[in-house]
Amino acid sequence: MPIRINGTEASAPADPRVSLLDLLREDLHLFGAKKGCNQGACGACTVLVDGQRVLSCLTLAVQCEGRDVTTVEGLADEHGLHPLQRAFIEHDGFQCGFCTPGQLCSALGMAAEFERGVPSVVTVDFEDYGADLTLEEIRERMSGNLCRCGAHNGIIAAIAEVQNSRQDQDKKEAAA
Amino acid sequence: MSAANNAGTLAAAVGLAANSWGQGERPDPLNRHKHGLVGTSISRIDGPLKVQGKATFAAEFLMEGLTYASLVFSTIAKGRIATLDASAAEAAPGVVLVMTYKDAPLMKPMPLFMTAEKAAGGDNLPIMQDDQIHWNGQPIALILAETQEQADYASSLIHATFEAEPSVTDFEDAKRQGTKTGEFGGGPLKLDIGDAEAALNQAAVSIDAEYSTPRHSHNAIEPHAATVVWDGDSLVVHDASQAVVHTAWSLSSVFGIDEGQVHVTSPYVGGGFGSKTLWQHQVLGAAASKLSGRPVRITLSREGVYRMVGGRSQTEQRVALGADQDGHLKAIIHTGVVAMSRQNALPEPFILATRGAYAAESFKLHVEVAQLDMLANTFMRAPGEAVGTFGLECAMDELADKLGIDPVELRILNEPDKHPTEGKPFSSRNIVEAWRTGAQRFGWAKRSAKPAAIRDGDWLIGMGCATGTYPYYRMPGGAARITLTREGHARVEIAAHEMGMGTATAHVQVTADRLGLTADQVTFSYGDSKMPGAVLAGGSQQTASIGAAIVAAQHALVTQLLILAGNSSPLAGLKPEEVGGLNGGLAELANPGRHESYASILGRAGRDEVAVQQDAPPPLELQNWSMHSYGAMFCEARVNAITGETRISRFLGSFDCGRILNAKTAASQFRGGIIMGLGLALMEETQFDSRNGRIMNPSLADYHVPAHMDVPEIDVIWNDIPDPHTPMGAHGIGEIGITGTAAAVANAVFNATGKRVRELPLTLDKLM
Ligand code: FES
Ligand code: FES
Repeated sequence: MPIRINGTEASAPADPRVSLLDLLREDLHLFGAKKGCNQGACGACTVLVDGQRVLSCLTLAVQCEGRDVTTVEGLADEHGLHPLQRAFIEHDGFQCGFCTPGQLCSALGMAAEFERGVPSVVTVDFEDYGADLTLEEIRERMSGNLCRCGAHNGIIAAIAEVQNSRQDQDKKEAAA
Repeated sequence: MSAANNAGTLAAAVGLAANSWGQGERPDPLNRHKHGLVGTSISRIDGPLKVQGKATFAAEFLMEGLTYASLVFSTIAKGRIATLDASAAEAAPGVVLVMTYKDAPLMKPMPLFMTAEKAAGGDNLPIMQDDQIHWNGQPIALILAETQEQADYASSLIHATFEAEPSVTDFEDAKRQGTKTGEFGGGPLKLDIGDAEAALNQAAVSIDAEYSTPRHSHNAIEPHAATVVWDGDSLVVHDASQAVVHTAWSLSSVFGIDEGQVHVTSPYVGGGFGSKTLWQHQVLGAAASKLSGRPVRITLSREGVYRMVGGRSQTEQRVALGADQDGHLKAIIHTGVVAMSRQNALPEPFILATRGAYAAESFKLHVEVAQLDMLANTFMRAPGEAVGTFGLECAMDELADKLGIDPVELRILNEPDKHPTEGKPFSSRNIVEAWRTGAQRFGWAKRSAKPAAIRDGDWLIGMGCATGTYPYYRMPGGAARITLTREGHARVEIAAHEMGMGTATAHVQVTADRLGLTADQVTFSYGDSKMPGAVLAGGSQQTASIGAAIVAAQHALVTQLLILAGNSSPLAGLKPEEVGGLNGGLAELANPGRHESYASILGRAGRDEVAVQQDAPPPLELQNWSMHSYGAMFCEARVNAITGETRISRFLGSFDCGRILNAKTAASQFRGGIIMGLGLALMEETQFDSRNGRIMNPSLADYHVPAHMDVPEIDVIWNDIPDPHTPMGAHGIGEIGITGTAAAVANAVFNATGKRVRELPLTLDKLM
């Protein structure tokens, strides 16, 4: 079965040992996902598989057969950059930009996890869960994505801004 | 044009800056200019590319017939390779080449960084030329294969045995073998003024303590990588580099070819922090490409970076301060020993900041070196100051505590009126103002002078402060080309670097203001050794170096334009210093209504473009002035009384760094330095096995850097006072943030707990 990558079908590699990251970078020349460690420690290779964030260096490409893979190259659409991409630029959520594709994909996967009700280690109130993705929740949930340039503040601010405006939007729609 | 218009444009006209930076020059007009782009918060111009994953990094250049390299490392610190069996690797699928000392091409050692103008090498050892081993982790074999997986697999099949020789891998052993005075910047790291030991003994109040800092690794998230190909005798290297011209020159020396035969590009760099210079991997990649006749991509594994690319070395520091009852310093003693390899020349110069920090009657500063058989240590963000300010600024806090004087006030009390050990006047030093504004904003007045006085549940809360400082440098070698087109577009080319500092964005702003253009009418090209200049992205000097080169090139450009303008131009008869950039052309400074657009000048002259190239003048400003940046750093720490865990709840950096060119990217630079400083304070350590010289934690899982949860919102402010003696009135700001930060953290932890930790990192075991 083929793998759908940013909407385009690609065939799974013949060698089952090829990681999703190497498939993306070396076979398909999609260099957005980065190899910062190749051992699950930095998050630079984060992509979305069926909307869930995975470390593509620790994922075998063949595991993704029949599934939808979204990389940073797939975030913008015909209307332009994704709101989170725009917020990263506005809040200066990067310097060198090497961790950025992973931060972006991870943030989108993280927001979806939060909305599905997945708690984190700092989640205190399970009753009122889902009311707000606090800055502390975002920091905790994004801690698998390292940034050595020190763009932490801008990254968190960008994620919070997009999340808040989305939640405001949802509330407005619910009220209407 | 109406008078009102005239007045409006008058305010925006930018004359030429003086094209020399010696004593008595008039300040750069951009110092005062408030109407243009300089100082504003424009977003990074490479932002859209970076958020889409479209910026091309070194390991992402495509080439026909590309091969992939993998390396095998020695497992002893010193000795020789006894046997090296590559037969299984050679027979493995996809293998193109196995290269060892037996068949590597003849190459000279790399010119060691700082030993020649364009030297970029991290060490000066033979590279795969013989069977000798110099450090644990030295590459002993390189495998090229059709894919990275095949190369990595084949490298696991190399079988090597070693004959070990006695080695020195223990710091205590190394010290026992004898130390020598460190040399840095052409002189000894030793300074004596008066009799500091006697003054210390006679001082009314004194402290005398030992501080230590461990090894650190830069850990840029982009591992070192190069894509390399030979075209006949010419070498092309797509590198991750903060020194493209230095690297090209050094590689030409290694391979015995002309400098012009090596072309190094580096359009995007995934973080450098001092590590992205020339190390053995680029040389080995080029050698393997030469032997195989194929293009090579050599990407170090994360472990490979730890084995092959040096980091900051360890220091042991003694700081002793003597003061009178009122807190005036009588003696400053800062001495100690650092570990250094035998194949490099950087004794971590931890006394640099101490030379100019405070007024005192006597000084004794001395760095001694103990040599070890280990990977070459190297420059890492604020070499010297990052760890030296830990010792000095903790000691100031200890002295303040003993005197019963507020630590901010003690620092202000000892503010020198000229450089305390060199005697030169300061070009611009407004640290007292930075302290006052910072203290106000941080709420310093709420700090309890008594330690361990504030508790919130299990958490002990304290505040600490420290001075940060880093010198202004400008190295010789700056040059720029400006090409101005008839459409009124300017392209600046300079062999400089963008590792995330915001270089390209800031210099688009500067160039646009100087030439009277808008940001989208300016392109800033960099990261290519074929471009003019030899501009190192190091020592926080790039901004000044580029700035001075652009000033020089603009002088040449305006001179050319006035010649081209000729007698029928409204500008006829004006001299270069009488005109300035305004509204897409040149205008008379005294009468901006007298204006001609670039398009009109070039059109009448029948030219599509005009191009000029000019060298920057030598950095005379450094001869006349003591030039530094400063920061007043404030930290609030929470320490868990039960677990000893430290959390940083607030941090403020209040900076005095000349004129800020781009508020948004500058804030990121400051924060980035501070965050690396939090890592230095709380968690970072390259663990070194003193039995065999092997790094024990060569991975991002075991070497901890600050993650999102470790980093609070960091407040940064600056006074924006231009330095009258620098281009744009600016200072480089890439390193200042990491200085003083570790001491501010340790001092806050002391204030929270009453425990004084003098050994970094400040892990919880030290607070239990
Ligand atoms: S490359 Fe996958 S986590 Fe680092
Ligand atoms: S922006 Fe450089 S590592 Fe995050």
